[in-house]
Amino acid sequence: MARTKTTSGSNAALWPMKSSHALLWQGVVLGVALLVLFWFGHNAASHLARRNMVLDFSFLWRPAGFAMPFQITSFKPTDSYAMALAAAFSNTLLVSALGVVTATLLGLALGVMRLSTSWLMRSASGGIVELIRNTPQLLQIVFWYVGVLQLLPQARQSLSLGGLFHLNIRGLFLPYPLGGGWTATLAALLVLSLVLVPLLRRFLPMRRRGSRWLWLVPPVLFVALVESLSGWSIPTLKGFNFVGGMVLPPELVALWVGLSLYSAAFIAEIVRGSVEGVAKGQREAAYSLGLRPWPTLRLVILPQALRVMIPQMTNQYLNLIKSSSLGAAIAYPEIVQIFAGTVLNQSGRAIEVMVILMGVFLSVNLLASAGLARLNARFALKER
Amino acid sequence: MSSAETTSVVPTVPRDPSPELASMTTIARRWVRTNLFGSLRSGVVTLLTVALLVVLVPPLLRWFVTDAVFYGQSRKVCGAGACWAFVTDRVEMFLYGRYPVSERWRVNLAGLVLAGFAIAAAWPRNPRAVLCVVMLVTLCPLIAGTLLLGGAFGLSYIPTDQWGGLSLNVLLTYATIVIALPLGIVLALGRRSSLPVIRWLCTGFIELLRGVPLLAVLFMAMVMLPMFLPEGTGFDRLLRAIVGLSLFVAAYLAEIVRAGLQGVDKGQYEASASLGLSFWGAHRLVVLPQAFRLTVPGIVNTVIDLFKDTTLVSIIGLFDLLGIIGQALKDPNWLGLGREGYVFAAVVFFICCYAMSLYSRSVERRIAQARH
Repeated sequence: MARTKTTSGSNAALWPMKSSHALLWQGVVLGVALLVLFWFGHNAASHLARRNMVLDFSFLWRPAGFAMPFQITSFKPTDSYAMALAAAFSNTLLVSALGVVTATLLGLALGVMRLSTSWLMRSASGGIVELIRNTPQLLQIVFWYVGVLQLLPQARQSLSLGGLFHLNIRGLFLPYPLGGGWTATLAALLVLSLVLVPLLRRFLPMRRRGSRWLWLVPPVLFVALVESLSGWSIPTLKGFNFVGGMVLPPELVALWVGLSLYSAAFIAEIVRGSVEGVAKGQREAAYSLGLRPWPTLRLVILPQALRVMIPQMTNQYLNLIKSSSLGAAIAYPEIVQIFAGTVLNQSGRAIEVMVILMGVFLSVNLLASAGLARLNARFALKER
Repeated sequence: MSSAETTSVVPTVPRDPSPELASMTTIARRWVRTNLFGSLRSGVVTLLTVALLVVLVPPLLRWFVTDAVFYGQSRKVCGAGACWAFVTDRVEMFLYGRYPVSERWRVNLAGLVLAGFAIAAAWPRNPRAVLCVVMLVTLCPLIAGTLLLGGAFGLSYIPTDQWGGLSLNVLLTYATIVIALPLGIVLALGRRSSLPVIRWLCTGFIELLRGVPLLAVLFMAMVMLPMFLPEGTGFDRLLRAIVGLSLFVAAYLAEIVRAGLQGVDKGQYEASASLGLSFWGAHRLVVLPQAFRLTVPGIVNTVIDLFKDTTLVSIIGLFDLLGIIGQALKDPNWLGLGREGYVFAAVVFFICCYAMSLYSRSVERRIAQARH
């Protein structure tokens, strides 16, 4: 960052510009930009006037009138468009969250395989990574949906794992925990404690060693949560379909698999690149100090590799969230499909819908990059 | 060499006293020992991989080749393996879309011209590479556009809604780069400008487009572009897609060019200023050529991403390779053959993208060597 500043600053000094010229140039550019914007606005206004419409976001509070094919909220067709926005956005967040978790795990595994000392393992995992990286993501998602999930057998012949998980043309059937009286409260407390414990440890004026026991709170809450469950609902075959448990529709499964695999291949390359980027001298120095390979990795290599990795991983996660919009191709009801598709067609409010869509993605981007920038600052090299 | 060094902590194989006299078998044995069974763990991993490959590869091979059917008129000919008859029956469609059969030589000729100049521009020892790049962004679009669209020189007019297939993906990639590259350079220079208004405008544009998904930009180009232009301006759907793609890619290219500009040594700026060159003269003659050499791998990677992303136009109703396969799958003769169709598309994309990434890596290596 510092380098950028000095370079651009020195350039300005190399070709000094009279302040009157600088003002003139900026005025010209600003004027042209405003003129173009005004022209666009004028044209849009005349288009709207011809259809007797004005720019107006109040349609958001009118009933939506369409049903969501899959949702984790309780959206009904009589609810407003604003509720539809929330339901579609929660679908986007759901698949993004699932994707981030599996992509990270798979990517780390693939990255470690790429670093193996065995040539065969290195090449095999390298082949998989190259295959995934060099084909379009949309193609992969559509392939999983049309080429795999839609060709699965009916419920009676479904692929089952241990009688608990069933995969068939209707989706992936999973066991589902049945909540007791305290479940919701305990779950909320667990999430809260996961956020609060690190914050408390960081900001409360307690001695670090003294507050170590705080880490016991989340596991205790988790055990209490599991204890409060009144059993599991397990999917069982009744007639032509499964009853009980919960079902992930094939659209969600295909999008999840597609997003995870594609991002995992890129994460694997990030892991490999940043571990290999740690200078060889570091490893040799650690060995010559008598460290064994595992402590060398944990104490010397990984802390340095993480510093390079975190900004790149941030980028990859943001890409994954943006790519979840590809669900539109297989009719997964995420925010682009619902808003730029269904809502736009129904209401005809192109500008409003697009502004909302852009706003949602930009704010997600800003929030995520702000959060990860703080993480980055914690891991960054402290130069003194 | 490097692999032998990384395993050097492990007790190594005793060195052969005269390596240049070693026979082929000794060399092979040594390679196997160091690369496959360098240590106990490495040996176990190798054996595990072998087991996994033995389980996975034969069924895949049977599906792909042994049990596959390669020619036929409908899906009735197909058995347990892949039904490549679907692909061989429709391959012309997949390449050219609904472009009239008698006029397809025009697509081939345009492709040949582009490929010729592109290969010449990428050739490592071509002294006129710069000229080729200039031709690629000036003359070639005119030639290709005239050939494909027609309506002049006795060529019949072919509307853009008949264009499709893989040639549409290639065309979209090419047209987008031709527009986005100059725009990206301007944006990169603007973002580094010392004039705050210009800097803010360029930064805002870049960050806005990098923050939203490409699909949203494409929808915007489809829906909002006609609203922002005067009424009655007939705006071609393909052109709208190109505009959307170009704006999106320009924002990404701007960041790559900016990184290249930062990579140019400060002394180069100072030297050109002290020789009396103006800002534009210094950039045109000294800075940009050096920045460009640094950014070639980044630009090629962007082209790869763009080529893959052109498949998104199938969602907004253009019939690129993905769109045309989806349409062909609705044919009652070929129902349920999505797997074959999309595997074919994957193979095509893999060959193109992998070739480009090999090229980008070789350029990267050459830059690294030149720096030492």
